[in-house]
Amino acid sequence: MAALTELEEAFTASQRDQEFFGELDDLRRTYAGRPTPLWHARRLSEHFGGPRIYLKREDLAHTGAHKINNTLGQCLLAQRMGKKRIIAETGAGQHGVATATAAALFGQECVVYMGEEDTKRQALNVFRMERLGATVVPVTSGSQTLKDAINEALRDWVANVETTHYVIGSVVGPHPFPLLVREYQKVIGEEAREQILAAEGRLPDTVVACVGGGSNAIGIFHAFVGEPGVRLVGVEAAGRGIDTGEHSATISGGEPGVLHGALSLLLQDADGQVRPTHSISAGLDYPGVGPEHSFLHESGLATYEWATDFEALDAFGLLARTEGILPALEPSHALGWVAKNIGSVGDLVIVNLSGRGDKDVESVKRALETGL
Amino acid sequence: MPYLVCGYPTPEAFVSLAAACASAGADVLEIGIPFSDPVMDGPVIQRATTAVLDRGLPTAEALELVGAAAASAGIPVVVMTYYNIVYRWGLEKFSLAIASLRGSGVIVPDLVVEEAGSWRDACLAAGIAPVMLAASTSGPARLRAIADCTEGFVYATSTLGVTGVRTILSEKARGLVAELRAVTKKPIAVGIGVSSAAHAQEVAGYADGVIVGSAIVKAIQETKEPVPAVHALVGELRNAVAKR
Repeated sequence: MAALTELEEAFTASQRDQEFFGELDDLRRTYAGRPTPLWHARRLSEHFGGPRIYLKREDLAHTGAHKINNTLGQCLLAQRMGKKRIIAETGAGQHGVATATAAALFGQECVVYMGEEDTKRQALNVFRMERLGATVVPVTSGSQTLKDAINEALRDWVANVETTHYVIGSVVGPHPFPLLVREYQKVIGEEAREQILAAEGRLPDTVVACVGGGSNAIGIFHAFVGEPGVRLVGVEAAGRGIDTGEHSATISGGEPGVLHGALSLLLQDADGQVRPTHSISAGLDYPGVGPEHSFLHESGLATYEWATDFEALDAFGLLARTEGILPALEPSHALGWVAKNIGSVGDLVIVNLSGRGDKDVESVKRALETGL
Repeated sequence: MPYLVCGYPTPEAFVSLAAACASAGADVLEIGIPFSDPVMDGPVIQRATTAVLDRGLPTAEALELVGAAAASAGIPVVVMTYYNIVYRWGLEKFSLAIASLRGSGVIVPDLVVEEAGSWRDACLAAGIAPVMLAASTSGPARLRAIADCTEGFVYATSTLGVTGVRTILSEKARGLVAELRAVTKKPIAVGIGVSSAAHAQEVAGYADGVIVGSAIVKAIQETKEPVPAVHALVGELRNAVAKR
C-alpha cells in the first residue's frame, strides 16, 4: 500500500510537470511513431455497403500494438522515481515485449512474468523479450495464464518494492494503476477525435474497441465519453459462446468481485473463486475487467457486447482480404461485432485496431486447419 | 500460532491436525480458507490451496470444517482468507458465521486499512476480531491506522513478500515490532518466513505471538503421517517459544 501511495504521489507530480510531458511527447513522436494514422477502410466499407468505417491504426505503433503508449509512460515515470528494476506480466507477450522495449530504451533491468502455458504458445515472443534484455519467468501456479502472471508479478513487487516498479499492462489492478494506464493510453482517442474531425468534419456515430482488461478501449473512449450522439461499444471475447461458460466476457457474464486490488466485474463462481476463462486471443483471456469499464457499463456511458472466437476469426480474414491489413485477434473481435451489427452502427464508425496480427498467424493457421 | 489450510490434506486429516496443534501446545490456531488467486502466499501454501480447490471446497463446507476444527482443537481459531471470498459471502454474513462457529477473528491480507471500515464494523457487530497486517514499509501514520483498526492482535509481517520457508529471518521484524509498540498497546504477532524453532525463539524474545505457516504445511507435504509430524513440529516450536 505504501508503494501505491508513493506511485500515486509521483504520478500526480508528473502530471503537472511540463518537462515530463515534453519528454513523453517527444518519445511518442520520434520513437513510437505517433500519431498513428486514422485509415478510411474504403474496401471494407464497400463490402458492408453501409457506413464509412475508419480504423485507428495502433498496429502501426512501435512493437505493433497500443501497449507501447503505456510502457513508455510508466518506464519514464519509474526513471523519475529512481527505480531501476522493472517488472511486468504478460499474456500473449505484447505487453511483455513493449515493456522489455521501453526498459531497454531507458537502460532498466526488466523481468517479465508469463504463464508457463503462454510461454509455450508464444515462444517467439519469449525469444523477442530475451533479445531485448529481459528475463522471462514462467509462472507455474494456478491456471498458468495471464491472471497468474499478475499474481506472481504482485508477489515480486511486494517483496522488492523498494527498488522495483511494476508496469501493469492494462487498466486493472489497485489504484492508481487503472488511472495511470488510462492517462498514458488516452492519446489514442485524442488523436482519433482530431483526425475524424479533419477527415469528416464531424464526430463518429460509433466507436468500437475490444475489451480484455480494457486499456485500448479506455484509451480511445476517453476523448468521447459523454459526447451526445457518439455510441461507445466495448467488445468482449465470447470464446466458444457466452452460454458455454468457455469465454472471457466479464461484463456480459460476470458479477461484482475483488481481484488484484480492484472492485469490478469478475468471472467467478458463487463462492467468489475466480473461474477459468477461454478466448482464441490470449490478450482478452482475463477474468476481470478495468473498474472504469464497469462504471461506464453501469452508468450507460458505454455498452458492452461480445464476439465469439469464430466471429473474430472471420473478421481477421475479411480485413486481410479487403484492406491488406492483418489485425491482431483482439481487435478482430471488435471488427467481428461490427460485421454482425452493421445495420445499427450509424453512418460513421471508428474501430480501434489495437495491434497487428503477425503474432497470431500460427493460432489462426491452427484454428483454420483443425477447427476451433 | 500454527497455520493450517482448511481441508488439507483431506477434510478428516485437517480436523485431526487441528487437535494435534492444540495438544502440542499451540495457543491459537490460524486456518486459511483457499482462494483461487492467493497473492500473499508462496509456493508451499499455494500447492496446498490448489490441491484443495481442485477437489472443490465451497465456502459453506469450508466454514463447517472451521467449526469442526475449532471444536476438536478447543483453542481460539483465527481464519485467514482473501477479500473476494468474504465479499461474495457478505461481510455481515461471513463475520456472523465465524462468530457462530466460535471463531475469534479473521485476517484478510488483501484488504488495506483504508478500505477496511465496513468490514471492521461487521466484525465488531458479530463479536469477532478483524486482524490487520502491518509491514515495514507502512510508515508511522499507516501503522497507527492499522493498530487502531485491528483487534485481537496486529499481524506484523517479518519480511516484505509472500509466505514461505526461509532460512534466515529478516531483521526488519524487530524494528517493525518496535515501531508498532510506539503506537499501540495491542498484542503483536509476527508471521511470514518464521520457519524454525530458532526463528520462533528469536521472535518470541520481542513479539507477543509467533505465526508459523509454510513450515507446517511443508511438514504435512513431506510425510505420509501428517498428524504425528505436525504434533512434533508444533511441540518443538512451543518449547522454543517457552525458552525465550
